[in-house]
Amino acid sequence: MSGFHKYPLHKKVKIVGAHIFLAFLSMIWLIPIVWVILTSFRGTKGSYSSTFFPTSYTLDNYKKLFTDFSVFSFPKMLFNTFLVAIVSCLISTFFVIAVAYTLSRLRFRIRKPLMNTAMIIHLFPGFMSMIAVYYIIKMLGWTAGPMLRVAMIAVYAGGAGCGYHIAKGFFDTIPMALDEAAMLDGASKWQVLTKIIMPLSRPVVVYTLLTSFAGPFKDFMLAKVLCGPNRDYYTVAVGLYQMLDVEYIDQWFCSFAAGAVIISIPVAILFLSTQKYYVEGVSGAVKG
Amino acid sequence: MKTKKKKYAKNYTAIDALKKGSLLTRISAIVFGAGCLVGGQLVKGLLYLTVEVGIFLYMIQNGFYNLGKLITLGDIEQQKVWNDAKSVYEYVDGDRSLIILLYGIITLAILFVAILLVRSSLKQAYKIQCLKEEGSHVPNLKEEVSELFNGNLHITLLALPIGGVLAFTILPLIFMISMAFTNYSVENSKLVLFDWVGLENFKRLISFGGSLGQTFWPVLGWTLIWALVATFSNYFLGLMLALFINWKEIRAKKMWRFFFVLTIAIPHFVTLLIIRTMLQPEGAVNIMLRNLGMIGAKESLPFFTNATWARVSVILINIWVGVPYMLLQVTGILQNIPQELYESARVDGAGPVVTFTKITLPYMMFIMMPYLITTFTGNVNNFNVIFLTSQGLPRPVDSTAGKTDLLVTWLYKLTIENQYYNVGAVIGIMTFVTLAIVSLITFKFSGSNKNEEAFR
Repeated sequence: MSGFHKYPLHKKVKIVGAHIFLAFLSMIWLIPIVWVILTSFRGTKGSYSSTFFPTSYTLDNYKKLFTDFSVFSFPKMLFNTFLVAIVSCLISTFFVIAVAYTLSRLRFRIRKPLMNTAMIIHLFPGFMSMIAVYYIIKMLGWTAGPMLRVAMIAVYAGGAGCGYHIAKGFFDTIPMALDEAAMLDGASKWQVLTKIIMPLSRPVVVYTLLTSFAGPFKDFMLAKVLCGPNRDYYTVAVGLYQMLDVEYIDQWFCSFAAGAVIISIPVAILFLSTQKYYVEGVSGAVKG
Repeated sequence: MKTKKKKYAKNYTAIDALKKGSLLTRISAIVFGAGCLVGGQLVKGLLYLTVEVGIFLYMIQNGFYNLGKLITLGDIEQQKVWNDAKSVYEYVDGDRSLIILLYGIITLAILFVAILLVRSSLKQAYKIQCLKEEGSHVPNLKEEVSELFNGNLHITLLALPIGGVLAFTILPLIFMISMAFTNYSVENSKLVLFDWVGLENFKRLISFGGSLGQTFWPVLGWTLIWALVATFSNYFLGLMLALFINWKEIRAKKMWRFFFVLTIAIPHFVTLLIIRTMLQPEGAVNIMLRNLGMIGAKESLPFFTNATWARVSVILINIWVGVPYMLLQVTGILQNIPQELYESARVDGAGPVVTFTKITLPYMMFIMMPYLITTFTGNVNNFNVIFLTSQGLPRPVDSTAGKTDLLVTWLYKLTIENQYYNVGAVIGIMTFVTLAIVSLITFKFSGSNKNEEAFR
């Protein structure tokens, strides 16, 4: 706060005003988050409460998630989500990094056409192909039973190669001179990839791993369409959405809030630890 | 650039192979891999041949049958047959058009692969022929494999990802697009057996008279307004917030940014569902307003029940969702604006408004144009914000789409909820057409085709 007291009065007022304004904005942005945390500890049931702050606090809503399996089995949902997330994040990270590296650092004839195709695919509504995948999976008889997990992994990871942009942006910033020098020394392109570029690319690999791991925790659309009524294979997102159904909302609303808090914590940590790469990828920051 | 041209110049094309190739080379178009087999690349030739035999067997066994069925999409209805022995009616399966359509498309895809193989077999044979004529060495298997990790590394790396995209994105897209030309719909109960109807669905959708057309045009209009307002409101508000926090008198910048960024960190479906609950007639917001005495004790603001309120609500919610993203990105870019620009502007006596409109804004526009187009596309297809909050409501009684429904959410309702699969597919295609037009125009006029190699 050095020098603040030296400012003339009108400037002081301006600065204090600005901070108050920022505090007000932050409040608007934080209210829903605060509210859901409060609700997860609320003692009274039901989705409506006549006060903003709960009248009594309890841990029962969290307990209910892990003990009451009459309608929803939260541990099972967590297990499904983790399983799908881990497998699909490994596959899609391989896909994304392979595509991004190839399009960024190798030059070959169909490179531009491939990039244009990816752009065109992006113009179709995302879940248009998903609906078709759903028919196909239904025809294969995978919409019930354990094959549903395979279906979900396939759908999350299968088309991942199209989302190469951020990783490509990263590879674009590594100077080509590195590759050229290595090739002059007789390295093959494979050696350039594994010995030179990959060790430099740990941040973007970690970023891709973490974001694709978070995918199944955040997506609810796809899992909902695929699972339909098969409660045993719900991911957390679908399960939580279902808790707000008219039938269950009265009994489960506060547990919904509790579940939301539980999965938001890891996802938030994942995001906050990767946001740097996200920003760099989008804004095309150049490393010196 | 010169080296590149040189590399591409030595190129064996299938057409050259047919024009100038030897008899053996030309035979390779019919017997895949013939050139390789004779030329000494035994394993490669055998691989080609095996794939060809496989395709032939498939075509004879199922392929031609599937293609034949694709023309009519099946016409045998499910039949009830009286079984005397058990004295019950038994059902005999008829044709199922959806399966016929899928198998037909897969067969077409296999045929397409066959054509690609003809080309590649020709090229390989011609390459071997040319190498032999030049007296050069024909690469053996070991060299070919090691080339896959050097000059042909792109093939090795792209094979699986592209396979995945083909199987899980492109094939399903084609499958869905082809439904747009059928009458696969709950209408007239065409859910098992359906036929090709050509452009009928497109005509129905864009005609102003029909009930579908009367829904389509308003929904398209709202989708475009929504996408424009959502994109630009986020852009400008995010930019202003970023500049505001960047102001040198603001203390604890990191803390303020963290408050906003926290909302991105939490899964969207969670925050959106929470906001929806808060904005219900008996939700937290109305209760707060009642407690503060801003509305009557029994009154509630019609956030999702009045058309205009609902539209404003979803746009405000989208600002809540989107501004932190902008803040995050703009903060990164602002630090990259060359400081000399601001220095010289200050020397020339430019005030903050002039610096903003003449330096910050144009620079941001240039850098962020591609991003803005992506955001616009994302907003046209912004399923979550609408579906999880207003759910497209309020909905007029005689319509399948509500006042806040976008094309995507309408597509969802028509297909998943109401089984109008053909119309759904048409809407998907129309969304694509709209987006393609918008992106082409913006790219043409913005002139900001960022040179991807500019910084190397």
